[in-house]
Amino acid sequence: MSGPINWLSQIVSVSKFGLLSIPQRRGSVAAAVIGIAGVVAVLVGVLSMGAGFQNAMTASGSPDAAIVLRSGADSEMVSGFLRESTRIIADARGVARNDDGPLASSELFVIINLPKRSTGTDANVPMRGVEHAAFKVRDKWKLVDGRMFEWGKNEAIIGVGAANEFTGMELGGKLRVGQRDWPIVGIFSAGGGTAESEIWTDASVLQAAYKRGDTFQSVYVKLVSPGAFQEFKDALTTDPRLNAKVLRQAEYYAEQSTAVTKLITTLGFLIAFLMAIGAVFGALNTMYSSVSARTREIATLRALGFGSGAVVVSVMIESLALGVLGGAIGATLAYFTFNGLQTATMNWQSFSQVTFAFAVTPELLVRGIVWAVIIGLIGGLFPALRGARLPIAAALREL
Amino acid sequence: MKHWHLIWSNLKRKKLRTLLTLLSIVVAFVLFGFLSAIRQALAGGVSMAGQNRLVVRHKVSIIQSLPESYKARMERIPGVAVATHESWFGGVYQDAKNFFPQMPVVPDEFLDMYPEFLLPPEQKQAWLETRTGAIVGRKTAERFHWKVGDKVPIQSSIWGKTDGSRLWEFDLVGIFDGRDKGTDTTPLYFRYDYFDEARAWNKGQVGWYLVRVKDPAQAAELAKLVDQEFENSAAETKTEPEGAFLQGWAKQIGDITTITATILSAVFFTILLVSGNTMSQAVRERTGELGALKAMGFTSSQVLSLVLAESCVLAVLGGGIGLGLAWIFIARGDPTGGLLPLYFFPTVDVLIGVGLSVALGILAGIFPALQAMRLRVADALRRM
Repeated sequence: MSGPINWLSQIVSVSKFGLLSIPQRRGSVAAAVIGIAGVVAVLVGVLSMGAGFQNAMTASGSPDAAIVLRSGADSEMVSGFLRESTRIIADARGVARNDDGPLASSELFVIINLPKRSTGTDANVPMRGVEHAAFKVRDKWKLVDGRMFEWGKNEAIIGVGAANEFTGMELGGKLRVGQRDWPIVGIFSAGGGTAESEIWTDASVLQAAYKRGDTFQSVYVKLVSPGAFQEFKDALTTDPRLNAKVLRQAEYYAEQSTAVTKLITTLGFLIAFLMAIGAVFGALNTMYSSVSARTREIATLRALGFGSGAVVVSVMIESLALGVLGGAIGATLAYFTFNGLQTATMNWQSFSQVTFAFAVTPELLVRGIVWAVIIGLIGGLFPALRGARLPIAAALREL
Repeated sequence: MKHWHLIWSNLKRKKLRTLLTLLSIVVAFVLFGFLSAIRQALAGGVSMAGQNRLVVRHKVSIIQSLPESYKARMERIPGVAVATHESWFGGVYQDAKNFFPQMPVVPDEFLDMYPEFLLPPEQKQAWLETRTGAIVGRKTAERFHWKVGDKVPIQSSIWGKTDGSRLWEFDLVGIFDGRDKGTDTTPLYFRYDYFDEARAWNKGQVGWYLVRVKDPAQAAELAKLVDQEFENSAAETKTEPEGAFLQGWAKQIGDITTITATILSAVFFTILLVSGNTMSQAVRERTGELGALKAMGFTSSQVLSLVLAESCVLAVLGGGIGLGLAWIFIARGDPTGGLLPLYFFPTVDVLIGVGLSVALGILAGIFPALQAMRLRVADALRRM
């Protein structure tokens, strides 16, 4: 039986007809391809914003790092500890130590008004007061330019994200806090994490500038091992002197990002879904006209004994090809337009700015192509069925 | 329209194609509606800002508080009608997901400052008489099914009471409505005197001030005067017109207007391409007929308007249906479940949408129409 081979060669010859006639229909084909490319570009673009934001938030915590807040506080902004409490936390079981003592940094988290470069309007830029251990409880922290601030002095260092986004934030620049100007003496990176949006200084200096007395808002600790988390958590939550909430850093930042990520992905999907419906109509139009332009050819082939299955499959192949082409163009466009694009938005949990880079991940590109394929399939199916059901005699009469 | 039947039967010639084009236009306008509502929700508070109100906050950042005593000093500045303050309470009802804003305020000053909040007089009276009383906007009241007379427990993440507890209980004495569609009716307001007495720390300090000026034209100038008043004090201020303040706040989220405009232009460009292509296809197929019409005595401009009218009918019909559908969807509420308090379809955007649909019709039809107009009868008939 030459059945399958014959069938395949039928598909090939009908498909060839379709694909070779594309130049004659370039207007409508281009419309369909660009329509699909548009959907994919918007989908990938919007979702890459969400992915970038999430990356920044989750790059911040390694598994053996924990953060302690006052119980009931959902962000550092509204948390608070007296110095006695931070000592108890630092000395708890499970905290890693070195020669200088426990790897625990009691920190202060406030915001300061600075104009954004892009809009010129004020933004709430996060400012963090840290202790010596701060650089050891964060894995990827690195000074990339300038020098460290001097302890006890009104000096600040800034994250690379902050340096990008806010006016006047550069080496040698000044930060006006109340009546004083603080020189910016260094720039640091933190593996793409949220700390890169922040301005850092000595906690005790910041306490004075913000009239916070001897209080802190959070304690960042390094644990002896990722497994020591439960032990550490139990030690703090059962201590009657404390009123604390213990989280892994990764967990804390994931929690912080939910509202914004949800907003971006919900809106992104909604927009892309609507656009996809529009693109399906565009693809349907193109494929219907493709089929009707070839009414005679298809009917002739059918009269010669070609099966209707071959016609269906070949129309689908053509439409799939358009879908994949559109998807590839859209994905490429999105990649070169959005990947790595720096921006900043507000983290609604702490009312402060988070700088991040759009991230066009491979998953997003694949997802975009999948959408394009689905649009192509739907756009091809109905026209294909019409082509297959064409009454041969009537179609031939059109000759 | 004299040639209505002609236009209509041309549209009916290929029903499926017309329908598909119509539907893609519908989709474009539904999207337009959604994006307008989203932009409104993220940035729209600005248009509702009072022309005669200033916002005064701590110069370094809004999380730092200002002394209660600033009120009297501001009111002494000539041109200032009245000043009142609000503070951020940062509480949640039952669960962290149930976010909505709460602020302690001075009731009579507050209601006087915001005439756009409509509270029945007897409820206002009850608020003035109930120390633990609170009023809430219609939207939040409906969200949690609260009624006047309910006791509402709010867990504050910032403020502890002198007894160490963070759970504050308020008596709901009123539910307010918004005067305009854009008035935010999600916040809960309660009495500052009760708040200040019960809180454990920061007594006598407030979050920010609202100042009403006598003459809106002087707002910018008065903002400077207010800041000068507190220059070189322990708590310097930054004063802005309410509109600028809200705009700055919205811009912290990102440049929403640019983002929506970019997406919309991508969408419209695509739709324009699809429908323009369909139109020119339709005209190409009818070359012969158009030639016949001309031979019968139709002038070139009549043929032009015939083709243009066809694409405009399609675009306006699609646009109308799309805007209508968007209106219905948007009225059903915000898709994120409470993150966007001011989510509605602004009237001005509806009008822009109608304008856009006409523009789309003209743009999609103009090239095929010109082509049809220039058609020479002999050529056209030869192609039959």
